[in-house]
Amino acid sequence: MDTFAQLVILTFAAGTPLVFAALGELVVEKAGVLNLGVEGMMLTGAVASFIVTADTHSPWLGVGAGALGGAALSLVFAVLALTLLANQVATGLALSLFGVGLSAFVGRGYISVVIEGIKPLSIPGLSDAAIVGRLLFGHNPMVYLSLALFVAVQWFLHRTRSGLLLRAVGESPASAHAIGHRVIALRYAAVLFGGACAGLGGAYMAVAYTPSWTEGMTAGRGWIALALVVFATWKPWRVLAGAYLFGGVTLAQFQAQAAGVAIPSQLLAMLPYVATVVVLAIISRDATTIRLNAPASLGKPFHPE
Amino acid sequence: MRIALEARREASRAAIVLAPVLATLATLAVGFVVFEALGKDPIAAFHAFFIQPVATRYGVGELLLKASPLMLIATGLAVGYRANVWNIGAEGQLTLGAIAGGGLALAAGDARVPSALLLPAMIVAGALCGMAWAAISAWLRTRFNASEILTSLMLVYVANLLLSWLIHGPWRDPDGYNFPQSKQFTDAALLPNLLSGTRLNAGLLIALAVVAMAWLFIRRSVWGFEMRVAGLAPSAAAYAGISSKRNVWLGMLAGGACAGIAGVNEAAGPIGQLLPSMSPGYGFAAIIVAFVGRLHPAGIVFASLLMSLLYLGGESAQVNLALPSAVTGLFQGTLLFFLLAADVLVNYRLRVVGARPATP
Amino acid sequence: MSAAALAPDVQARPRLSLRGITRAYPGVVANDRIDLDVLPGEIHAVLGENGAGKSTLMKIIYGIVKPDAGTMQWEGEAVRIASPAQARRLGLAMVFQHFSLFETLTVAENISLALDAAEAGPGLPAKIRDVSRRYGLTLDPARLVHAMSIGERQRVEIVRCLLQAPRVLIMDEPTSVLTPQAVLRLFDTLRQLADEGCSILYISHKLDEIRALCHRATVLRAGRVTGECDPRRETTATLARMMIGAELPHPRHRPPVAGAPALVIDGLDLRSDDPFGTTLRSISLTVCAGEIVGIAGVSGNGQRELLTALSGERRVARRDAIVLCGTAAGRLGAAQRRSLGLAFVPEERLGRGAVPEMSLAENALLTARHRGLVWHGLIRADAARSRAAEIIASWSVKAAGPGAAARSLSGGNLQKFIVGREILQGPRVLIAAQPTWGVDVGASAQIRQALIDLRDAGVAVLVVSEELEELIEICDRLAVIAQGQLSPARPVVETNAEELGLLMAGSAAMPEPTAARGRA
Repeated sequence: MDTFAQLVILTFAAGTPLVFAALGELVVEKAGVLNLGVEGMMLTGAVASFIVTADTHSPWLGVGAGALGGAALSLVFAVLALTLLANQVATGLALSLFGVGLSAFVGRGYISVVIEGIKPLSIPGLSDAAIVGRLLFGHNPMVYLSLALFVAVQWFLHRTRSGLLLRAVGESPASAHAIGHRVIALRYAAVLFGGACAGLGGAYMAVAYTPSWTEGMTAGRGWIALALVVFATWKPWRVLAGAYLFGGVTLAQFQAQAAGVAIPSQLLAMLPYVATVVVLAIISRDATTIRLNAPASLGKPFHPE
Repeated sequence: MRIALEARREASRAAIVLAPVLATLATLAVGFVVFEALGKDPIAAFHAFFIQPVATRYGVGELLLKASPLMLIATGLAVGYRANVWNIGAEGQLTLGAIAGGGLALAAGDARVPSALLLPAMIVAGALCGMAWAAISAWLRTRFNASEILTSLMLVYVANLLLSWLIHGPWRDPDGYNFPQSKQFTDAALLPNLLSGTRLNAGLLIALAVVAMAWLFIRRSVWGFEMRVAGLAPSAAAYAGISSKRNVWLGMLAGGACAGIAGVNEAAGPIGQLLPSMSPGYGFAAIIVAFVGRLHPAGIVFASLLMSLLYLGGESAQVNLALPSAVTGLFQGTLLFFLLAADVLVNYRLRVVGARPATP
Repeated sequence: MSAAALAPDVQARPRLSLRGITRAYPGVVANDRIDLDVLPGEIHAVLGENGAGKSTLMKIIYGIVKPDAGTMQWEGEAVRIASPAQARRLGLAMVFQHFSLFETLTVAENISLALDAAEAGPGLPAKIRDVSRRYGLTLDPARLVHAMSIGERQRVEIVRCLLQAPRVLIMDEPTSVLTPQAVLRLFDTLRQLADEGCSILYISHKLDEIRALCHRATVLRAGRVTGECDPRRETTATLARMMIGAELPHPRHRPPVAGAPALVIDGLDLRSDDPFGTTLRSISLTVCAGEIVGIAGVSGNGQRELLTALSGERRVARRDAIVLCGTAAGRLGAAQRRSLGLAFVPEERLGRGAVPEMSLAENALLTARHRGLVWHGLIRADAARSRAAEIIASWSVKAAGPGAAARSLSGGNLQKFIVGREILQGPRVLIAAQPTWGVDVGASAQIRQALIDLRDAGVAVLVVSEELEELIEICDRLAVIAQGQLSPARPVVETNAEELGLLMAGSAAMPEPTAARGRA
């Protein structure tokens, strides 16, 4: 039973970077903006959080810096794609390429630095009690943060007027503009929020999950997060489910390696990427569902007037 | 009063040419600031970055050597990008090309296969394998409607793991002191040198030939025309009866073939064996080259030289200025950002708005 | 009550007053020193043909577009309206020609987004029901907009405006989406509003409607005010002269000489690929060589689906559901159908009928890729240029030349180019969707005449349009599409606008296709 709790906790831990990044991207896409720069923003968030943690010895300050770093990079995207009406696909790609270079550049001095990261909760009498206690109270604090983010996003999108407006803008920016809403300002806010979430995902990896800094340490999780949003057909709870599914796949690969399965580690390591491709194909196959759920203006530039 | 964008009735031809120049200048300006901030003398840094690497015959050879895969891959990608087919997995297709070509070279081993037979066979094998890798994304897109952006990118990781497995396992050089690397290729499997005193090889000629063919395809062929229509106005393409599936296949396969050949050229050129990493990110840098070159073959040639110079400059800066080579990636990204920003001038003009009282 | 008694007090201070409003776009002055006064409680028409600058002027008033010059007064005070939000605070409301609704949201959600947060509280559904009852605009606040007809959607727009208790209501071409009967009901609502003191700015190019409804009219031509009048005292002819500077042109007609069937649609069923689209149900229609058949209907009743099925942009399951010049064409693609002799003028000119960024020469190539312009897979650029030049000359298209980008042309000129391109291919069947929508009067007349000439030359012509008058003017037979079903086509002389209007509303009994039509 103990192993079961351990497996669940590890699965959540492996899925959490995707929860952060994909929930942020979901909000961005709900506003009708396609930001392919998630990988770059995650790496920027990771490096920012690691540097701040290493220098201040405060991992939570680091987490804040990670969110800021991701948001700062997303601001570049917002200016190019929203104000200057650049092609969103090209701009997002540029953001990812740039983020990889930027994080490698500023993180060069921190590659073998050791930090005191954020540890899993350990509440005496609860976290170590029975299996239920461990399942409820044994996670890393940032896992709870990601769950809080999920609740907040779900509540915002479906229970608030601003959330309603965000969905409306994603469907028809021209209509929202015509009835007097500030489409570009709202999209800026969404993009910055998405950047901050991606930054949090990166920060989680750098100061809680591993904790360490290596170049390109997100290893494609930003792209998997993008696939996850499609997989989830733009529904937050499905993002959550999908993220833990991928967490489980990642974990299975590690477990198999540890158990000494006679499959080369490189082939096992392909598993999450292959799974992403397969799942993406299965979901995308139903074009009607995608069209029904995808924000109608996704990826299209909007120029008031 | 404020500045607003106003749509032009026709794209400005001047802006199409000027935007890349403007972007390059702005990138240099940023470089100036970065060097200054890092406490380096900007003039000396610029010299070390942009002049020193190409001051010698060897340096010029290196410039062309690194530009070859970039222009080759970017040309292939541009065919697809014109039709909104976003293959961003060229890095993986390059790896597969290197695996195929390299595998053939290793299989030939010391069997004394003549170079005139072996090299073309390697290039064909590389192209086919690159295409096959790209075909996965094409098929998933046309059959399952799955975004080729995401699938082609995921397959980069899979391809690199595949290569890693091969040279850690079955293809590892038994005499290589346990390093993850294959045997050295025999001379018959190496591309001939073009310019003595440099490492420049025949890969450049292949790249230039492909660029010329791409120019003919894009400008003059009906299929090239149809792909441009599909990229500019998908509804018009459907109206005119242009097959979107064929465009996806053509676009993906063109990119895959070019990247695959580039992979063979790297393996059979400067590297001469298979290593865990066959390219310093050429497959991704080529995306930037394609955009900076305006998806136009001639533009791509210029852009690949510029990008190659950034690679060399990064290496030179590492040696001479003790700057990290990652600065290359930074400059590449910045260049693309400025280009995208400058592009707004192609389709819009800046206009000062604000209601003034009417003249009586 | 007589109309005169309802006339507003001309001595009253204008509620809204514009002076010298000017707005230029590259290559065209859309509004050139426009003056306009709107009095309290009047229905004021802004009359002008397509491209005269009406829409730009309304967008300026509503704060969507900013003028280059000119001043505005509201209730005697100088104002500068910088945004729609500010316009709404002043008491302006607008019903757009292209609705600003969100299809995936409910009626109540749609309306709440247009109101201030304070007004959009939980009491909103009750308020919506209240207003809709008062003005006879039946609405269910909980319904999703995508499930509603175009006419119902317009009601949502109007109720949304009325909830703001506007003092000026702008209606932009509101009747283009309505059946003749619905137009009369809308007029009742507008008169009731005006009686209550609300001013109405009524934008239209339909002269009869303006004469029936409006107290005053300001006429625009080419961006300038060319006259102001009481439309009730004018005739259609005098209004037309003010609007276009000439009499309305009428095409020359000859009695039809119908030949063999060229396009046969037989029991066509098709599910829309748009989740919010219309499903086509057993559509049957025959178009013979030498006749023009029209399909009338309010937009959104399956026209888009029918046209993509006919053009080959979508293939249909049964081969013989569409027979083109004797060949079962249901499963053929657009290019193959073209080679059978089909030509198609789509509703959207930019982006579908033509590639905006491409030159006219390249656009000439678009649908003629296999007609002498191509040699062994390579494009003959010279031939494409001379083809474009030929179209430009014979249709007097105003363009810089074959090298001009399609998007640099005005709507009317681009439409002439597209129609010209399609006719030049020598089709045996021509399908035209909304051939004169948004086109100026001169170009409209030229296009209509060309369709009639084509008919006289023995081509089968199918016209799908929302403009009933246009269809009645040029067609030999007319069918009506409503909710994805097509009524049998009847000779135009045997029907009238009222009867067609009932069919368009889908309320008249739609006879089932008889078994006798059967399978060919």
